[in-house]
Amino acid sequence: MISRVEIFTTVFDSRAKLRKKNKKIKSITLIDVYTIEKNLKQAELEKIGSSVSNPVTQKYYIRSFGSPPFGGSLKMTDSHRNVGQFDWAIEIGFLPGVTDNVSHTVRQIIEDQFNIKFLGNEDVYSSQVTLISGTLNKDEVQKIANSLYNPLIQRAYLKNYKQYVKDHGMGFAAPRVKLIKKPTVSKVDLKVSDDELTKIGKSGITNPDGSKRGPLALDINYLKTIRDYFKNKKRDPNDIEVESLAQTWSEHCKHTIFANPIDEVKDGLFKHYIKRATEDIRKKKSHFAKASRDGDFCVSVFNDNSGAIKFDGKNLITHKVETHNSPSALDPFGGAVTGIVGVNRDTLGFGLGAKPVANYYGFCLADPRIEKKLYKGKGLTQPMLSSKRIMNGVIDGVNAGGNQSGIPTPQGFLNFDERFRGKPLVFVGTIGLIPKKIGGKLSHVKKAQPGDYVVMLGGRIGKDGIHGATFSSEAMDSGSPSTAVQIGDPITQKKLSDAIVKEARDMLLYNSITDNGAGGLSCSVSEMAKESGGVIVTLEKVPLKYPGLEPWEIWISESQERMTLSVPKEKWNKFKSLMDSREVEATIIGKFTDSGKCLVSYNGKIIMDIDMDFLHDGLPTKFLTTTYNPIKYDEPNIPQEKNLNQTLLNMLVRLNITSFSFISQQYDYVVQANSVLPPLQGRGRVNADTSVIRPNLDSQKGVVMSQGLYPSYSDIDTYHMAASSIDTAIRNAVAAGADPNYLAILDNFCWCSADDPERLGTLKRAAQACYDYAVSYGTPFISGKDSMFNDFNGYDEKGKPVNISIPPTLLISSIGVIKNINNVVSLDLKKVNDLIYILGETKEELGASEYFAMQGEKVGKKYIGNMIPKVDAKNNKKLYGQFFKAIQKNLIVSSVSIGRGGIAVALAKTAIGGKLGIQVDLKHIPGNVSRDDHILYSESQGRILVSIDRKNKNVFEKNFKNVHYGLVGKVNNNQVFEVIGLENKKIINLKVDELEKAYKSTFKDY
Amino acid sequence: MRKPKVLIFSGYGLNSEVETKFAFDVAGGNAEIVHINDLISKKKKLSDYQIFAIPGGFAYGDDTGAGNGYANRLRNHLWKDITQFINDGKLIIGICNGFQVLVNLGLLPALNLKYGERELGLMPNEIPRYTVRFVDLKTENKISPWLKDIKSLTIPVSNGEGKLYVTEKTLKEMKKKNLVAFRYYKGEICDYLNLPASPNGSIDDIAGVNDETGRILGLMPHPERAMFFTQLPNWPYLKEEYLRTGKKLPEFGPGLQIFKNGVNYFK
Repeated sequence: MISRVEIFTTVFDSRAKLRKKNKKIKSITLIDVYTIEKNLKQAELEKIGSSVSNPVTQKYYIRSFGSPPFGGSLKMTDSHRNVGQFDWAIEIGFLPGVTDNVSHTVRQIIEDQFNIKFLGNEDVYSSQVTLISGTLNKDEVQKIANSLYNPLIQRAYLKNYKQYVKDHGMGFAAPRVKLIKKPTVSKVDLKVSDDELTKIGKSGITNPDGSKRGPLALDINYLKTIRDYFKNKKRDPNDIEVESLAQTWSEHCKHTIFANPIDEVKDGLFKHYIKRATEDIRKKKSHFAKASRDGDFCVSVFNDNSGAIKFDGKNLITHKVETHNSPSALDPFGGAVTGIVGVNRDTLGFGLGAKPVANYYGFCLADPRIEKKLYKGKGLTQPMLSSKRIMNGVIDGVNAGGNQSGIPTPQGFLNFDERFRGKPLVFVGTIGLIPKKIGGKLSHVKKAQPGDYVVMLGGRIGKDGIHGATFSSEAMDSGSPSTAVQIGDPITQKKLSDAIVKEARDMLLYNSITDNGAGGLSCSVSEMAKESGGVIVTLEKVPLKYPGLEPWEIWISESQERMTLSVPKEKWNKFKSLMDSREVEATIIGKFTDSGKCLVSYNGKIIMDIDMDFLHDGLPTKFLTTTYNPIKYDEPNIPQEKNLNQTLLNMLVRLNITSFSFISQQYDYVVQANSVLPPLQGRGRVNADTSVIRPNLDSQKGVVMSQGLYPSYSDIDTYHMAASSIDTAIRNAVAAGADPNYLAILDNFCWCSADDPERLGTLKRAAQACYDYAVSYGTPFISGKDSMFNDFNGYDEKGKPVNISIPPTLLISSIGVIKNINNVVSLDLKKVNDLIYILGETKEELGASEYFAMQGEKVGKKYIGNMIPKVDAKNNKKLYGQFFKAIQKNLIVSSVSIGRGGIAVALAKTAIGGKLGIQVDLKHIPGNVSRDDHILYSESQGRILVSIDRKNKNVFEKNFKNVHYGLVGKVNNNQVFEVIGLENKKIINLKVDELEKAYKSTFKDY
Repeated sequence: MRKPKVLIFSGYGLNSEVETKFAFDVAGGNAEIVHINDLISKKKKLSDYQIFAIPGGFAYGDDTGAGNGYANRLRNHLWKDITQFINDGKLIIGICNGFQVLVNLGLLPALNLKYGERELGLMPNEIPRYTVRFVDLKTENKISPWLKDIKSLTIPVSNGEGKLYVTEKTLKEMKKKNLVAFRYYKGEICDYLNLPASPNGSIDDIAGVNDETGRILGLMPHPERAMFFTQLPNWPYLKEEYLRTGKKLPEFGPGLQIFKNGVNYFK
């Protein structure tokens, strides 16, 4: 029996108003529908209707179909009369097997209310009906429907009023997963030609029906190594064995490009440049006492799910930043929500489990206002989502994931470039807090013991997310599987998270814990098995969302909200009953051993038998070689203008500069009561590059978080691109009050076509800069991640093949500890008559700047130039150290780190923030630049803009020795933003209101 | 004098229990976080406490209406204990998601003390999106102990479904009986941030409601998220004012008073 509980809102519904965008639409009514597949009495259904609606604002109707008590006939409730007249109805629901969080809640409510269980095929499904009044034809309605749903995960039905009346409503669809195949294990024959092997690597194992299972992303040398291994074993591998090796050896999991020897760098980019930087810095710091300002604060770097530094005597702070690019291109909402709750699990999976205390995001996108159609398939098939849909989707995804998890999101950024149109970059990060010791044991040390149970905790496994890890190691083209898409369930994870970090952890109920992310069980279990020396898994014990999954699918599925734990036998009962009482599913799925083998059995038969050594270290070494041929660009010829008012206003509306407050104010940054420096600062609510939180309310200490990235600089030189990213990430934090000696950084490399030697050449240069600048600043890397194939290979709107590769992007995220949260500084001007200073030197460095990009667009050209900012770490370090002292003395009233858009943008932001006027004279700006516009828009690194109380002038100036600074102006009470040029003439003269209006205009209607 | 015992509910996606406990403890209470299932399994007893608080969060993901899922669970399992708690003259507070739970449970406004009937709706905001910002609240309420000595309050809202709806008849009754605890108004922080008074289009700008005894309070904004000075959006500006006039920076923020009132009721 199938029943529909339909909920109508009886008073003004703001959700409906939002959809009334088409002018032909007269009115819209929304109906929330819960389709229940279970035999229930009418009285019970009525009770359910009442439980899932509010009588003050809503009405519900029940309609049932099928088996008793209705004897297979439709119950005539004439539901259309309840709604009144309309013209069209669109119903949108999920496709079978897609995570449906709302239905999950309704099911729980019903089970709790009647103390019953849903069994077998019984279930609840949610959908939403949009009733439209207005004279629209079917095409127009279809267009509206298309804008509301994503065919990869949802279905949409259309009916006109007549049909609706005739059918007595929308019909009864229960999108149950039906898998009729009997799960089997098949052999894979690798004794085939090289061509065949290549094909297997690219498209996957062949199913009995001839279809392909999806990419293994194993190249031919890897497959040959696997073939030889099984030749020695005198048998063909099972499908699960090949799939498992593909996961463990994937670029996504093993980071082969960073690990393999490259040119003369025998130990690979990661060890040679990133890890060695941290080791060298720690060595130097180890000469100082741990507790001193110069001491080593690193605790756990590179070997766990997050990196950790010392917070205070009792706690550690962890940080991890991930990307979720490929899934977000296909289902932006699902991709982003899965990304953020996934990186939360990197926090829960740090040591014995850290508590997430802040989320972090960054979206690299194409201009959402420009519509360009792209197709994955030939002949205009498999259309990609528009940039606007992608942007809205990823924003909503982080909103849902972060807000529902109760984790504040105080910091993030947007970056726009046309080359993100094929594949967006979605960065998500999480900061965690964990006591240094738990029950007398160091919390960051964990070890699964032989004999411990392998326990899967949290959600169940379905077909979602199969081949996620191998998929993201490939470029996006027509073979990309939609099963790679998942939708996160933040509440299931919240229950799990609370049960772990607020209860089980401190009771020491488990020996080890890790996240089920890429590669699912195949990666998490075999990874943890390294700690004990082996494992045996009984796969049929794994709880499934629906029956019929193949064993290999269970093993590699990336279904969300799951952790893997090792639980000692004697603690199992206590652990299990705690989890039961918190409604968190815990299942023993195997046992850790010291056999040296990773074994998987299914219904009593061993289906995977691989040596741990081979599984983890058997992959062949690939020798990478690089080339490097820098491009020389023409220097743009930009006419000098006398009046730069319009130039500034044009700059402030640019996507890379403008306010994105609509995002900042929909991401909860006040939850956990830890906000200190919020994402929007000052009266003008200006987006800040740096935020500060207070993760432990008992302490005056704070955590500062910021970032730096300059994708456009990669056009000129990735070495200086990386250097600028590092300097910016450090400088932003310092400008807000961070101690430059107490900062750590994280690297996220997002590259493209990384099998091309020229691209590898640019990667190598960026990695070199990482070593050079991290060591110069004494700022260690503590964690990182890379995503190497951000390319789109498809077709444009004319069906012509196109390749879009992202600009090589390095995100550097910074994190530091602030001794006293009272000593931090916001970006807004505060008091009339305060003095304005610029610290650091301005140079002729406009290569790949926002100014060149803007001037180029004006004349329909791409202006790049060559004079990219170069970082003088030695001088900057000196300046940052003195700046920190000035903040400790309360000398700094406001401060802005000068970044994209240069001095002009920094001045505008501080003025808008304080809603105060300024008068600034460019002659006093330190440096030798000879053009007004170049001074204003140069992006030289190492500069900070501050205001100070004029009575502190002497103390302030005495504080800075042997560094560049200039007293450039003062704060006015006349609301006028005035800049005097080199020729002593006013070159900018605008009202602060005009600046604010421009700054906030671009996303005004978002 | 013994510290009054405060129970802070947790579980199923509530998420502000830690800072709410912190606020009650700072205010002089003895607060304890208790998972709802530990009350259902009788591991803990509601009657052992003088105050219970349902904190903010996203219980059941806001599905089927914010607060509804958690309210159903309370109604199904703990209804008797809750009515006893009310009859014993104890205090109840629901903040944000907690307010939504109390409303769906029919504890607010509970006209004529008829607890259990739903008379209020908290709907998607006027702009149907999660909204975080500071607001100014004022109160003219004279009957609720939670509001003692409070005339106005600057604290943040942070919700997706905070637009309060009642029928005109109910509204009239509520006004007559002093059941409007807080209204949004354009005060100091709205001026500072240049924002309108109401963040969500609530009827009559209502931000919080109490029952006829005054002992049950529900409000959308979060007092615990403005318990420290450094949580205020204008604190860096105020810090400069304090420094230049030679004054010491305050440690606490305006939100703390509500928790103090709750605790002091039993002292």
